[in-house]
Amino acid sequence: MSDNEYTPSSKFGKWFNDRLPLLTLGKHLTDYPTPKNLNYWWTFGGILTFCLITQIVTGLILAMHYVAHADLAFGSVEHIMRNVNYGWLIRYVHANGASMFFLAVYIHIFRSLYYGSYKSPREIIWILGMIIYILMMAAAFMGYVLPWGQMSFWGATVITNLFSAIPLVGESIVTWLWGGYSVDNPTLTRFFSLHYLIPFLILGLVVLHIWALHVPGNNNPIGIDLKKPSKDTVPFHPYIVIKDLFALLIFLIVFAFFVFYSPNILGHADNYIEANPMVTPAHIVPEWYLLPFYAILRSVPDKLLGVIAMFGALFILVILPWLDTSKTRSAIFRPLYKQFYWFLVADVLILGYVGAMPAEGIYLLVARVATAYYFAHFLIILPILSRKEKVLDVPLSITEPVLGGSVSASAVRQRKDKL
Amino acid sequence: MKKFVIIFFFLLIYNSINISSFSAEKATKPMSPGWSFKGFFGTFDRASLQRGYQVYTEVCASCHSMKHLSYRNLSQPGGPEFSKEQVKIIAAQFEVRDGPNDDGEMFDRPARPSDNFVSPYANDKEATAANGGAYPPDMSVLVKARKGGADYIYSLLLGYDEPPEGISLDDGVYYNKYMAGNKIKMSNPLSEGIVDYADGTQATEEQMAKDVTTFLSWAAEPHLEERHKIGFRAIVYLIIITILVYFSMKKIWSRVESEV
Repeated sequence: MSDNEYTPSSKFGKWFNDRLPLLTLGKHLTDYPTPKNLNYWWTFGGILTFCLITQIVTGLILAMHYVAHADLAFGSVEHIMRNVNYGWLIRYVHANGASMFFLAVYIHIFRSLYYGSYKSPREIIWILGMIIYILMMAAAFMGYVLPWGQMSFWGATVITNLFSAIPLVGESIVTWLWGGYSVDNPTLTRFFSLHYLIPFLILGLVVLHIWALHVPGNNNPIGIDLKKPSKDTVPFHPYIVIKDLFALLIFLIVFAFFVFYSPNILGHADNYIEANPMVTPAHIVPEWYLLPFYAILRSVPDKLLGVIAMFGALFILVILPWLDTSKTRSAIFRPLYKQFYWFLVADVLILGYVGAMPAEGIYLLVARVATAYYFAHFLIILPILSRKEKVLDVPLSITEPVLGGSVSASAVRQRKDKL
Repeated sequence: MKKFVIIFFFLLIYNSINISSFSAEKATKPMSPGWSFKGFFGTFDRASLQRGYQVYTEVCASCHSMKHLSYRNLSQPGGPEFSKEQVKIIAAQFEVRDGPNDDGEMFDRPARPSDNFVSPYANDKEATAANGGAYPPDMSVLVKARKGGADYIYSLLLGYDEPPEGISLDDGVYYNKYMAGNKIKMSNPLSEGIVDYADGTQATEEQMAKDVTTFLSWAAEPHLEERHKIGFRAIVYLIIITILVYFSMKKIWSRVESEV
């Protein structure tokens, strides 16, 4: 950050800025040089920030009316839906907002995988992002428990029970998590407390995530280092601001369709039945965004190993910058990696699909193959590719890619194909 | 490869929407009589809601509670829209326990519009015991709590049949085509003419099933009409502002040699 270059024009501004350089920060944010060839996959950072703020604001209002008590929670949610002014709208935005948040975060993560945004010098941004992602899953899981429906209760029972797989102390840990000998009122109240806390932790991490981003600057579709500012960059405001706004509005239209016309399609009908410890639902399924990990968990016959595989699937993402050591960032210039990238996308979709199906017969077999492939992608394919793959020539700048003239990534790619 | 993945993705979504009947036993696909409240501009049929309330209160309410609704809801916009006077009369037919009064005693009084629907049983245990060990579920959100929603409830009400050969039923268990496992502990609640509609509509089983399901759909989603109305305006507004922002973006980016 250029701390000393900016001088506010007003006397008060200067006085204030000398004591707390907020104006310098504002100047930095508006001037922030951004690659001019960013495509729409890069707009999801802004969309995610919007999602987080929406969840916090709607959540604050819901918390004013919600009652975290095993006997009252379900009724208080119905009270919000029926009696609170626009309570139905706020709750549906919050519930569907979680799904939209995950939709956006998955696009954001897969964009990073495609364009190699996790590579040096952006490893810390990537790791912070992964911590945010893990916290998001924790927050979403606990939030799903709060309405105290059947899926809330049994989902909480299944997931907390995973910790009983830990040797020796497992059972004690589960009792400690529950605050008793089963999922009950103490579990609900602590989940509510943590569900309220986590979004603010995420908010703090988002600030660090953006701070870490502003040190090296954005990656870009052709994945090259840029001179900043230069002919290859545009100031964040107004260029990126208006583009992010446009993408956000498109996203909001999709969001609005869910909220207003099918607000319950992403949920499970059983969660409108009040929690009953005496009746187990026929199939206990988590929310859609957790399904790939649920499939990995169930594909391993041993409980402890299953839990290790599930958490391993997340941890492996954290260390990704050291598994894929190829110097070339963007998949545009890595023909083999590009193929395997799409295999991985298909693999994760398959995992999500079989995660929703009963763990038996063909589904179990498919889940096992897909789980094995998931780990093979990161542990075998990527390290080998990093060493063996013949990468294409990377242009020197955005404005002058190899021969000059062309400006967009697709044009660069076409030029590459011709050569 | 990319195209393949995209096609594959949509196939998966299509499949998961269709297959998503997670019930262990296969049940018959439910029927739909055509609901006025589906679709972008869907609204409830007022007369059907009022008749549905009559079916609920004369038939269902002897076993099924509806504890999350209040009598005043019956006069709210978007619902059956009984008049305030009618709702007072409806509420007064029920007794609620109130108190303690100044002498410290509990007392019974006629219900007011602000009271919640009076439940037929004192608690879930009593409800279960009185119904042969099967708890009659609360109907406040029943439509949202069942896969298939209104279609499923409607079909279930009309799905009673003689059991096919080879299926033996215990006492107090009935055969129903649409119930998971085909066995249900509720006897067929509807029979022609069991209610006497005030508006002269013929009380056939189909008519009553449709009316009461419409009423239950409203009970589960009392703000549905408002939601549809606001949703349409919100989306039109979003589309207009998106178009405006698109052209602003084009204008701003025309200063740069790059595509947006």
